[in-house]
Amino acid sequence: MKLIFERSQEGRGCSILPACDVPEVDCSPEISRKAPLHLPQIAEVDISRHYTELMKQTHGVNDGFYPLGSCTMKYNPKINEEIAALPGFSKIHPLQPSHTAQGCLEVLGLAEKYLCEITGMDHMTFQPAAGAHGEFTGLLLIKAYHKSRGDTARTKIIVPDSAHGTNPASAVMAGFTVVNIPSGEDGCVDLEKLRQAVGEDTAGLMLTNPNTVGIFDKNILEITKTVHDAGGLNYYDGANLNAVMGVVRPGDMGFDVVHLNLHKTFSTPHGGGPGSGPVGCKELLSAFLPSGHVSCEEDGTYGFDAPSPRSIGSVKNFYGNFLVVVKALTYILTLGREGIKEAAQNAVLNANYLMARLSDLYDMPYAGPCMHEFVMSLEPLKKEKGVTAMDIAKALLDHGIHPPTMYFPLIVHEALMAEPTETESIDTLDGAAQTFREIYQQALDNPQSLHDAPVSTPVRRLDEVGAARNPKPTYSF
Amino acid sequence: MGSYVPSTQQERRRMLDTIGVSTIDDLYCQVPKEVKLQNLNLPQGKSELEVRSCMEALAQKNMQFTSIFRGAGAYHHYIPAIVKSVTSKEEFVTAYTPYQAEISQGVLQSIFEFQTMISQLTGLDAANASIYDGASAAAEAAAMCRDRKRQKVLVSEAVNPGVLSTIRTYCEGANTPLEVVPVNDGVTDKQALSQMLDETVSCFYMEYPNFYGQIEDATDLGELVHQAGAKFIMGCHPIAISLLKCPGECGADIAVGEGQPLGMPLAFGGPYLGFMTCTQAMVRRLPGRIVGETVDLQGKRAYVLTLQAREQHIRREKASSNVCSNQALCAMTASVYMAAMGSAGMRQTAKLCMSKASYAAGELCSIPGISQKFKGPYFNEFVTRCPSSQNILCALEEKGILGGLPLDEESILWCVTEMNSKKQIDQMVEIVREAVK
Repeated sequence: MKLIFERSQEGRGCSILPACDVPEVDCSPEISRKAPLHLPQIAEVDISRHYTELMKQTHGVNDGFYPLGSCTMKYNPKINEEIAALPGFSKIHPLQPSHTAQGCLEVLGLAEKYLCEITGMDHMTFQPAAGAHGEFTGLLLIKAYHKSRGDTARTKIIVPDSAHGTNPASAVMAGFTVVNIPSGEDGCVDLEKLRQAVGEDTAGLMLTNPNTVGIFDKNILEITKTVHDAGGLNYYDGANLNAVMGVVRPGDMGFDVVHLNLHKTFSTPHGGGPGSGPVGCKELLSAFLPSGHVSCEEDGTYGFDAPSPRSIGSVKNFYGNFLVVVKALTYILTLGREGIKEAAQNAVLNANYLMARLSDLYDMPYAGPCMHEFVMSLEPLKKEKGVTAMDIAKALLDHGIHPPTMYFPLIVHEALMAEPTETESIDTLDGAAQTFREIYQQALDNPQSLHDAPVSTPVRRLDEVGAARNPKPTYSF
Repeated sequence: MGSYVPSTQQERRRMLDTIGVSTIDDLYCQVPKEVKLQNLNLPQGKSELEVRSCMEALAQKNMQFTSIFRGAGAYHHYIPAIVKSVTSKEEFVTAYTPYQAEISQGVLQSIFEFQTMISQLTGLDAANASIYDGASAAAEAAAMCRDRKRQKVLVSEAVNPGVLSTIRTYCEGANTPLEVVPVNDGVTDKQALSQMLDETVSCFYMEYPNFYGQIEDATDLGELVHQAGAKFIMGCHPIAISLLKCPGECGADIAVGEGQPLGMPLAFGGPYLGFMTCTQAMVRRLPGRIVGETVDLQGKRAYVLTLQAREQHIRREKASSNVCSNQALCAMTASVYMAAMGSAGMRQTAKLCMSKASYAAGELCSIPGISQKFKGPYFNEFVTRCPSSQNILCALEEKGILGGLPLDEESILWCVTEMNSKKQIDQMVEIVREAVK
């Protein structure tokens, strides 16, 4: 595949802008750029074809089954995209006077109201642009809360070893020390270990529930109470909310602050970004929310809250990834109170069904029922035949299936974590199960063929070590 | 009721039988009964047709201005048709982080091309795959410069207030001290800066052009910063630096910026795009995703996420940042924009902005009582002193024109781009002339 720079020809280009209709001004030589600027010189037809070629070498949810665990790659409804593209949303300046942006403010107000209802929270900020960004924001709320009470000894955040890597990384960014606690044999929080870990230095606990092995922690009320009794707060990582929305709410389980991933649970496309990671909180944290929180007057007009002197400030400019919120609101209005729950239930049904279709062959370290995802371990197959989780994943590529998440969570050896989501039909699941089973048989009969996979993709396995040793992040002209 | 669940009741029954339970609720046996939700207090689901009218009604409650003279961090630029056409391709929209490189070469190559274009634009060696926006990019850049001895972050007062607030929040998170370098005549006070640059300073962040539109002498400030042993970070307008001395020429160690002008709509503040570039010496400190060139086992050129040993999924609490995504679709938007414009088109846009801003400033200042507040060179934004900013802006709004951003009762920050024709500018000036009479 040629790079776009390799398609460039001196003198080519597109005709986009008109001639200048006012006297031209030149910048003085001392502030002018002298460095060369190599951007492609390319006709529109070649730009179009270049990206069409790139498109053909890209696998999205639209191209096929994408059971990437913990990423909730559900179908992205087309109406969402059309609504977000309405000029009445896309052409609004973020610093327009509030009375000229009532529609945008109402979108944020309604999305807050509905998402608070779904999570059991009192307030929400849409400023964070992604899940990890939301974690950072939520932890800053916890930090500000303890500080406001003069409780400055609370410097530790407890994180189970099954957590996403962003949890400990976010805690450090927010100035906390991380206390890792091991999970029990059932993959859930070890209550005894938690009791030993909490104390007067506990700022809070970060928990994903259902957790990353796809299990709903049955001790959840005991867990959150243990942290509260020690004076800490509970943070809910909403990465896996898709399993339980409409069924049970973080706010009712004892959580004080939660982030959501609108690009997972609420059907907005991932696109590798832009995402949106709104943070909801209980009343006790509301004074610390970032700037730009929408308020609604009694007469129905929308505006912004006056800046709170105790606010944590801003985590990005303006009010967040607004158009992503538009898409999520479109989705919530479509599904409504019944549809939200139905989505969660079918996500769980689909995961359990696929798990049941595979559990006679693949090792399932945690017995079902699972929630929206389940984890397989390829450890036995590796011991027996030398076939790894990576080999199975790469073989799936030859069958047009995006592999499950590999080597996560870290507490499972040779892990493959599969999340089918509710938008897949039984036909798709049956087809995928058949493929998984054939690959398993292939591993027994001809392990070498799996080490060689994939064979049908545009490129074969890559030299990742070489790429990291001599990083080449740009093209050399 | 709308739903995107394809399975029928009969199919659900079959699935439950295979699993060996009788109802879906049985699968939720671990959820404590006392917290199980009875009813969700949300409206009933709607058909697609109903949802469309509902959302269209919301969009219609916003006022779309016919001409826009406001920037301050969000800029109204022309978006070539090819940009939307490319970035609407469903493969790109519905993909995720390219973990499986063999089926993601399209996305990976597009990010590699983006990194190259951004590195070209800024004149620095390496770029990451992008981050949330210009403000968070600035905050992450400051975090790259910290070491044990040098913690303090200096930020010019002449930067976008939202950016300053974001850097401050990130610094407070990490318990890093931050000090603001005062402004003098619309630019960073050089004398104050040199006094504040002690041996505890890790970096200095300035914007180019700055919040007031002024083009500061970045080279000069950069030399001061380097003499004190600190790192120099520039926040840049990506179109401006196609014409102005670029960060590489000014001696920047890190250049970041808000990529929104490169083909992204105003969109009430997002999604936008944060770009980050740095010198070779700092590349292993860059946060976020980085795509690198490599080969496959048959020696074919290919692209892959690289330098992952910096990242949270491997390093956990020792990671350089918690960032685990990028703004891939926005980065692609910027790439297609830059490809469509080319270097000539980028310079043409920059020149149009500069010429039109200069024309508008001249015309506005021909009105008695209105004058430019600062005397230095400017790009697409400038500040005027004027009798009553509210009167002026209300008069403009009545005619469907979004005037500049009021900084206080007597000054307005104006922005003019290639979108403002001479006719629009003349009309705006006439309304202002009437309003201050």
